Amino acid sequence: MNPKLQRILPRVQKPARYVGGEYGQVVKKAEDVRVRMGLCFPDTYEIAMSNLGLHILYGVFNEMDGVWCERVFQPWGDMEAALRDAGVPLYGLESGTSAGDFDILGFSLGYEMAYTTVLNMLDLMGLPLRASERKGLAPLVIAGGSSCYNPAPMADFFDLFIIGEGEEVGRELVRLYDAAKSAGLSKAAFLLQAAEIPGIYVPDVSVGRVTKRVVADLDKSYFPAEGIVPSTEIVHDRVALELFRGCIRGCRFCQAGYVYRPVRERSADVLIEQGKSALNHAGYQEVTLLSLSTSDYRDLDGLCDGLLDFCEPRKISLSLPSLRADNFSMDLMQKVQKVRKSSLTFAPEAGSQRLRDAINKNVTEEALLESLRVAFAGGWSAVKLYFMLGLPTETDEDVVAIAELVNKVLWTWKQHATNKNRGVRLTVSTSCFVPKAHTAFQWEAQVSMEEYSRRVALLRESMKSRAITYNWHEADGSFIEAVLSRGDRRLGAVIEEVWRKGGRLEAWSEYFSLERWLAAFDACGIDPHAYANRERAADEVFPWEVIDTGVTRDFLARERAAAYADKLSPDCRKACTVCGVTRVCKGVDCRG
Amino acid sequence: MARHRLRFSKTGRAVYISHLDLMRTMQRAFPRAGVAIRHTEGFNPHAYISVALPLSLGMESGCELLDFEVIDGTPLADLPALLTAKMPEGIAVSEAYEAERKVKDIAWLRLAGVLEYDTLADTSDMAERLAAFFGQGSILATKLTKKKEETQVDIAPLIREISFASDGVHRIRMDAVVAAQNPSLNPSLMLDALRQNAPDLEPDFAVFERVEVYDGGMGVFR
Repeated sequence: MNPKLQRILPRVQKPARYVGGEYGQVVKKAEDVRVRMGLCFPDTYEIAMSNLGLHILYGVFNEMDGVWCERVFQPWGDMEAALRDAGVPLYGLESGTSAGDFDILGFSLGYEMAYTTVLNMLDLMGLPLRASERKGLAPLVIAGGSSCYNPAPMADFFDLFIIGEGEEVGRELVRLYDAAKSAGLSKAAFLLQAAEIPGIYVPDVSVGRVTKRVVADLDKSYFPAEGIVPSTEIVHDRVALELFRGCIRGCRFCQAGYVYRPVRERSADVLIEQGKSALNHAGYQEVTLLSLSTSDYRDLDGLCDGLLDFCEPRKISLSLPSLRADNFSMDLMQKVQKVRKSSLTFAPEAGSQRLRDAINKNVTEEALLESLRVAFAGGWSAVKLYFMLGLPTETDEDVVAIAELVNKVLWTWKQHATNKNRGVRLTVSTSCFVPKAHTAFQWEAQVSMEEYSRRVALLRESMKSRAITYNWHEADGSFIEAVLSRGDRRLGAVIEEVWRKGGRLEAWSEYFSLERWLAAFDACGIDPHAYANRERAADEVFPWEVIDTGVTRDFLARERAAAYADKLSPDCRKACTVCGVTRVCKGVDCRG
Repeated sequence: MARHRLRFSKTGRAVYISHLDLMRTMQRAFPRAGVAIRHTEGFNPHAYISVALPLSLGMESGCELLDFEVIDGTPLADLPALLTAKMPEGIAVSEAYEAERKVKDIAWLRLAGVLEYDTLADTSDMAERLAAFFGQGSILATKLTKKKEETQVDIAPLIREISFASDGVHRIRMDAVVAAQNPSLNPSLMLDALRQNAPDLEPDFAVFERVEVYDGGMGVFR
């Protein structure tokens, strides 16, 4: 270990985050590999190591002959300051090698608030921020993840973007790099070749729209059964099984629901085997199911039975996240809570039926209350409810309807709770709606921060019961997110300016500063409201349309019109809404 | 008292695993190795394990002890190999045996230390001065209690034996036997004592290693 690090580590918080060495890490002999990679996550170790995509890609790349992929994460502020003071560049956790010396640096770009952290990490590696200033083939700085569906704001900094699911295209790209490196190709020559790989977008080089890549058969796709088990506690410290990708639902606000289409399920038998092998490998005491809408998994009962047969005798708990209220199964919850019990979470998103219909959140009040009646009768007493404020077409009536719905939930508890002495805890959370690229609401204006606060106050006044806890997210972060998520190439300068003024780790409230962003917009002569709070003309051409998700603009426009008519669209299993995604994934049954 | 005991070492990168994280790591190592151990009863069962004398972050040790209980009949002799294969880098199990003595019988620890003086080329004089300092009949050090109040402790009675030797340029080696519990002497408190009473003796950096554990009669504890 670097002797400078040895002196730093005892002085920083949770140093186990910065040393690697965990069970399951991959260490290769440097002289045996041709391509050294850094899988970079622009957030802390605890967040990064909780990301299933990171574990998948780590396994995929390290499986490749001649390739060694390490992890590089953003340190917390105290460690960053210590590294800068000591002049120690950011390094790969496995070998301690300076990340700037790697061949490929692949950033996971999952949320806009991580953009400044990407620049900060490049700087900590001692690298120029802008792609045009990095002349050599190495290090190639690339990005993948859901934020890449609008690559424009970060296009100045990355050499290329991987669009869609990375397992297959990532391998193809690394193979191409391997060959280019041995052939001594220039960066420009390599990028020309890379732009030919379907699913790779090279700013200023790619011609025409780049179509996303999807993995057709999830049963055959890579699963990290022998992944890294952190030695220190992380956010999601458990085995995660990915039930399916995509979603049949088509909620009109949901970017994931549109860009990850079509839905592709993994079979229950495969999942049970993956669960067993991952649990045996890791020794975790908990396994969870991951997807955009777990209760839509066709054989959820069979899957849970199979997993519980393994888990119960070993005292391993199974947790079910993100349940939909319309097909909540008490049987299932009873089964699952046999080992350990958690609180119930529902996301109705809107308070009135009209607005839920407008956003195509196909949940009725009756179904929600019926589910809760069963849950309260079954002994549950803690419920979390998530809503958005500022959804298109929302009126004050819709805001107050949230309080009315919550009061009905409380009434349902009073009528049906089996153990009233325990009391009930209803936690209501609201966040400010962010219109996202590639959704039916990509044309919409975000409500102003002031308007969001007014609606929060209105809702607060309407919920008086002491059993209700109301948490609202501040709108300042959502405002910046709205600017960046539908941003264009001009925002690169703003992001860089924010970083130069100290911006990084901005998904953390202790590091986020709205004032710093506003000052940077000002310095760059950019009006952020023109991005966040402006309704787009129906025929406006968008920066993110260099990317083809398969879903057509016509379909999104039809869905938007349906929203204004308060009309529901059927889910993919009931009827096809002709979204267009079959063009990009021939042979996939998009009913899942 | 749990029936079985492991002795393991914690070195290299593993020294940054905190006591709490070490417990989690140990709890996971057993199922990885396919060894069933006793769990607590109740709604949130967890592995019934305990590690004697929590080690400070950053310290190496060759003599950590973990109490647990095998319930599936796995021979204790098989455990060192089975478990070491399932540990993070830097943790190695050296032996597993029936626990016959109680952890509260541990009285003394042998510590090895390396003290670094970045601007001191010849450290022989410093070694003597350190020995003289720690040889005093009373050494007062101020520390913070759990309630964040300052309190003074005399660390002299907590040091049973101590010696310093110059180890070339910039480095001094320490060998000491200090109190293990009730109260224990954390080597960082020895550094605090230097800073507070004799700042020119304070090293720029120091690392310590736990070498051995003893009972009250200085017999090796197992």
